[in-house]
This record gives sequence, C-alpha cells and structure tokens, in this order.
Amino acid sequence: MNKITIDPITRLEGHAKIEIFLDDKGEVANSYFQVPELRGFERFCEGRLAEDMPQITQRICGVCPEAHHIASAKTLDAVFHVDPPSVAKKLRELFYSAFFVTDHTTHFYILGGPDFVIGPEAPVAERNIIGVIGKVGMELAGAVIRTRMRNHRIIHLLGGRAVHPVFGLPGGVSKGLNEEERKEVEEIARDAVEFGKLSLKVFDDIVLKNKAYVDLILSDAYTQKTYYMGLVDDKNRTNFYDGKVRVVDPDGKEFAKFSAQDYLDHVAEHVEPWTYIKFPFLKKIGWKGFIPGRESGIYQCTPLSRLNAANGMATPLAQEAYEKFYSTLGGKPVHHTLATHWARLVELMYAAERLLELARDPEITNPNFRTIPTAVPTEGVGVVEAPRGTLFHHYLTDEKGIIKKANLIVATVNNAAAINISVNKAAKGLIKAGQPVTEGLLNKIEMAWRPYDPCFGCATHSLPGQAPMEVVIRDHHGKVVDRFSQHLKR
Amino acid sequence: MGKLKVALYWAASCGGCEIAQLMIGEKLLKLVEVADIVFWPVAIDVKYKDVEAMPAKSIDVCLFNGGIRNSEQEHMAKMLREKSKVMISYGACAHEGGVPGLANLHNRERIFQTVYFDTVSTDNKDKVVPQPKCQVPEGELNIPVFYDSVQTLHHTVDVDYTIPGCPPEERTTWLALEALITGKLPPKGTVITHNAKAVCDDCARRKGEKRVRAFYRTWQKVPEPETCLLEQGFLCAGIATRGGCGAPCPAANMPCTGCYGPVEGVTDQGAHFLGAVASIIDSKDPDEIKKIVDTIPDPVGTFYRYSLPDSLLRRARIK
Repeated sequence: MNKITIDPITRLEGHAKIEIFLDDKGEVANSYFQVPELRGFERFCEGRLAEDMPQITQRICGVCPEAHHIASAKTLDAVFHVDPPSVAKKLRELFYSAFFVTDHTTHFYILGGPDFVIGPEAPVAERNIIGVIGKVGMELAGAVIRTRMRNHRIIHLLGGRAVHPVFGLPGGVSKGLNEEERKEVEEIARDAVEFGKLSLKVFDDIVLKNKAYVDLILSDAYTQKTYYMGLVDDKNRTNFYDGKVRVVDPDGKEFAKFSAQDYLDHVAEHVEPWTYIKFPFLKKIGWKGFIPGRESGIYQCTPLSRLNAANGMATPLAQEAYEKFYSTLGGKPVHHTLATHWARLVELMYAAERLLELARDPEITNPNFRTIPTAVPTEGVGVVEAPRGTLFHHYLTDEKGIIKKANLIVATVNNAAAINISVNKAAKGLIKAGQPVTEGLLNKIEMAWRPYDPCFGCATHSLPGQAPMEVVIRDHHGKVVDRFSQHLKR
Repeated sequence: MGKLKVALYWAASCGGCEIAQLMIGEKLLKLVEVADIVFWPVAIDVKYKDVEAMPAKSIDVCLFNGGIRNSEQEHMAKMLREKSKVMISYGACAHEGGVPGLANLHNRERIFQTVYFDTVSTDNKDKVVPQPKCQVPEGELNIPVFYDSVQTLHHTVDVDYTIPGCPPEERTTWLALEALITGKLPPKGTVITHNAKAVCDDCARRKGEKRVRAFYRTWQKVPEPETCLLEQGFLCAGIATRGGCGAPCPAANMPCTGCYGPVEGVTDQGAHFLGAVASIIDSKDPDEIKKIVDTIPDPVGTFYRYSLPDSLLRRARIK
C-alpha cells in the first residue's frame, strides 16, 4: 500500500504528523493523524504543592498558559473550599478575555488565516504571516501586531508576566488593578472591540465575497457531523470563564448539561497504540471507533462547537455576528469544519466586548481580591473554555495540600478523534487515483485540521513532546512510494 | 554581507518560547530585514525533509528550545547542530530541562502507568500502550521512542550560547538577537542576560537581615508589599537565580520560582537555593530547626522546579 506522510504539519503549536495509506488502485484507504510526543505532567504533578499547580500546569502549553493557569486556580478554589471575592473572579475573567482576544487573533492571522487570505494553493513561500501582511496591507498588519501586544500588556499587568503568569491562587489573585491601570485597560479594550469589528469585515470581504472560498467551506470534504461541547452561562450563552458544560447532538438538541465536578460521568478517554495522544469520548454513548455521527461518542469542542452548543452570545455585537453566521450557513448546527475560522472571529468579538464591560465595572479596582483559605484541602475539579476547547483540571490532595493525583483533559485532546476523522475525510475527498498529489493539495488536507487550532503542547501533556508535520504515501504493501513536505523556496 | 539564515525549533517544550520570540513585537520587522527564517514550524511551511537537504553549516544561527525527551528530538538536535554555525539554547527547558524535567523523578514505565492506566478518566480495558512501531491494517506506523529521562540540550549537542528563562523575557531575547545582528557576540558558553547576579539585584523590594522562623505557603498569607519575600518567610528563589528578568514575579506579589537558572559560577541551582534557605533559619535548636524545615513539604519542586535534569543528580533512582 502506498503511504503519504506530512511531517511535520506546520502552522500550529506543537508537533504532529499525518500518514495517508493508498490502496492498490491509488485511492485513500485510511489516514492517521499521529502525535509523536508526551511529557507526563499527570505523573510528575504528584508530590507538588497544590498552590504551585497554576504555574506548573501552564507549562503544558505556553500558547495558552492563561487557560491552564485559570482552570488550575478555579480547581484550587474547589480543593481548598474557598469562594474568591467577586472582584477576584472579575479580574480573572478580565485577564482571560484579554487572553482570548490575543489568542484568537494569533490563530486567525498567523496560523489558520494564511490559507484563506493568501489562498490554499498559493506558493508556499507566501502562505504565512508575511504573505498575509502583503495581502491585507501594513495598516491591518500593524493592527494585528498592536492588538496582540496590547492585550498581552493586560495579561502582564494582572498576571505579572506576559507569558506564564503568576497571579492565580486559591481564593483569588495576587494582584489587582489601580485606577490608572484600569483606564489603560479600558482604552485597550475599546481598541479590541474595533479590531473585532474589523476582523469580521476582513472575513466578509476576503472570504464570504469569494464564491470559491464559500464553496470550499460548504464542500463535503470539510463537513462532518458530531456532538458539540461548550461552556454556557445560565441562559445557555457562550462563556469562557465559568458556567456549565453543555453538549448538543448532531441535530443541535441538548444531549447533556453538567457541572465540572460531574465530568467523569460524561467523558472518558480511549487509548490507541499508534499515537501518544488519548481520545476522549462521551461515556454514555461509548467509543465506537473513528466514525462520526449520532451513534459515535466522538465530540468536538472548538469555536464552532461552542457556538453550536450555545443559544447565543452575551454581548450585542457578538450576538449580531452569531446571527449572521447561522443565517448565512443555513441554520444550526453548522457542520462545516472550515466555518470554525469564522466562529473564532465571532468569539473574538465577544471576548473584546466582555473585556470592555469588565474594564468599566465599578468594582474592578476593589483591592479586596483575595480570601485566605481556612478549610482542610481535599479534592476539586475546575473547568474553563480554552480557545481550543473545554479544559478540565482535577486534583486530589492530602490534608497538607500536596497533590496525590492529578487528571487533566486538555482542550486539544478533546478534538483528537474529530481531527482524525476530518483529515481522513479530506484525504479521501481530495486525493484521486491517477491524479498527481501536489503540495497545494496536501495543504488542503492540512486545512482539515487547522481550523481546530490544535495545540499539541497541550495534547502531549501526558507524554514526550513535539508536532510539525509530513505526509507519507504508501502502497498496498506498506512501501513508501512518496513522501511530501512543504517547501519554502527562497 | 548576505542575510543571516536563522532556524527556530522546539523539542520537549510548551510553545511559550515561540510566543516569547513573537513578544519582541515590532522589532520582529527589524529582524526580518536582516535575517531569513529558514525553518520555524509554528509559522512557516517548511518540513523536516527540507532541513535534511540543507548543507552542513548552512544555517547561521539556530535557536533551539525544549529539552530532549524522545528519539525524534535527539535526532533533530543533532541534525540542527550539524546544519548550524551557532547553536543557541533558548529557554529553561533546553537550558536545564525545565518543568517537564520534573519527570526525571520517574521513568517511562511509571509515566505510562499513570497516563494510560491510572488517570481516572482513562478507559483502557485492552491495556493498550503507544508503541514506537505499530501494525495497523493498512501497514506500519511509527512514533518516536519515549526516553526514561529528560536531557538538556547541552547534554545532547555542543551549545554555543544560552538564553535563559521560562520563557525568556522580551528584553533578554532582544539582547541576544541584537548581539547576533551586530556580530558583537560574547565568548562561547555565555549565558546571555542583562545581569549575571541574582534576581534580588533586579528586585525593588526592600532588603534587610534575613532571619526566618517559619516558612509560609503562598496561599497562607498575603505578603507585605514592600519587603523582601524571603524575609517574610516565602520561599523566593531570587536569591539563587540569575537576574536580568527585571524580577516581575516578586513585583506581582509572588515568589521567584527560579526560571533563569543558576547565577554565574554555580552549577547546581537547587543546592545553592537550599544552602541559602538553610543559612537564614533563625534557630540553633535541632528540634525547632526540624519543625521549620518540615514547613517545606516539596523540596524537589521548590528548589529544582526547572533544573532537575541539569542538577548534579540529574534524576531520581528508580528501584
């Protein structure tokens, strides 16, 4: 059997590879999306001080350390049985909203966006952020860089550091905002709202007004029906910081809604011998293999999933964008993987608006941002929405607050099975017997995983750690007949 | 002079070093003026095969982050060393193993046991464990071999310079890049920072005599905002950690955890920190000293948070 290898896959955080097997006719028999590394966090977290977990677990992922930091701080609230003051929760959410603004910006313009802004089959040397700058112009490029830098400034102001913050503690945070800092945050937030609007317009102009792109989004190769997961508030609107986990079925009907502490009733993880990543699935349906649909326990949690799992957005401009999203794509739920890029921009809009609301909250400068825990620490679960999906932390401690057991279901891992199916479907839809396999075509296969914005730093928390990508094509004897990788020519 | 050819790569790390490299912000454009990035998986579509095809020493500078945790990372480190004139160890994981280096308290078997069997959400009745070589119906699949220990980059290949930090602060990254761009490189082996003395030298907190009768966990009390955290009984690693970062953690009311590595002239950062802590315990009574020491329940995670693979012991002995 022929095999195509893409190694490493590129424009993502971390390491992964794709293997595509061809049958004797040259059609795709099967594809595997492999994660080649693991680091083993769950093991070496044992014995650590519980309060160090926000800083230790964020080293799972330096792209989304804020997600681990906040999920961990919330888990510590539960472990130490302490309820942080209201301003502490707001400060964490403000910090987290700034993080969503910068992270979604990074993905759309640097990682995923080049496929659309430049084009899926454009020359490799242009298909990156530098090419994006050439296409959209220096003005917008400047806005991208500024938005990232200024929202990292907020992360720095509160978290103490721009990457790997330090302010999360059981019962609150170590640092608050004074009035001068609040004003600065408000100004950054106002700009973020403008940037959110601008980005939706960019999508509208470059993608939605281009029939070829819209056809690509709607095409069968990039369509797959699964369950969808996302965190929602008490009105079933998308929330990143807190709420209940809601799961909808492939028809958009509520399948489950649960609190973080009940996650083990709903989610389990399957192990395969050919990859270091585990495959979570809905426990009540069970693991049925790499198949989509209602009968399979596979679910997704991505920006698209969160929109599908919610009834709307909690802020006005994001709600407007949400409505346009579904009216354009033919109603809920949307199953087109490539629409995830658009959903990400709807969320960017929400994060920016929520950031501004919190920056204007009269309570936000209250210096009472910490409650000292007094109860004996035991066990707790915490959940947040990371940009790449629902993130669960679960710790069990001894009476001194030393970690005895830790369990982590990390954002990208939730999507591992769905990514495999998406890649396989795209490969089957795009590779045809007798037709040449070009670099552009392989990039189109990569476009099937890129919307998930997978973060294999996260994925590999449990094992040795890496993920760029290559495609290997093998014949039906398993012999490598071709190996493809993308070339940057200069 | 032609443009500098720069490669950036990540091994057992978290991606925070990539974000730290982007943190130089508008200076990135300055960098792009003088340098071509020939390999950077996070941002550009260049594959392993392309790197393999590059002639020896054709890359001017390689910034390598992450420790060496598996066979693929070892292979990439060796290949990039061969292709690069200057090899820079970037960030705490390449420098000292970093937080993932705490895995050296265990081995592959123990880690797999936890990850693939004991974790509460894992459903693995068939006792499946990932295999470097695996037969699937269509053929064979390969993944790298997971080693028992994390190694630093300098244990694996010859390293020319080190940029420390988890991740390096923007000012540290730029200090090194500026030296590269201008060609004013320090002697081989230099750890590039603004300050080779301890973090305390950067820290604005007031310092007095250090005499401690009890150590506190960060959740147990709110620190006083002006005085040295160590004097208040918090285990701040600043005293045994190289400065140059600007001491952002103590400024946010949290202790330094040691990410910039040992100060100049020290090999084992944890032993140095431990020695410093022992010397400030304000008691001569063995029973009282024992009580005070018992308030430090996780010495390895406290003293060797980032540096276990680079310590004198390197790893725990597993029976």
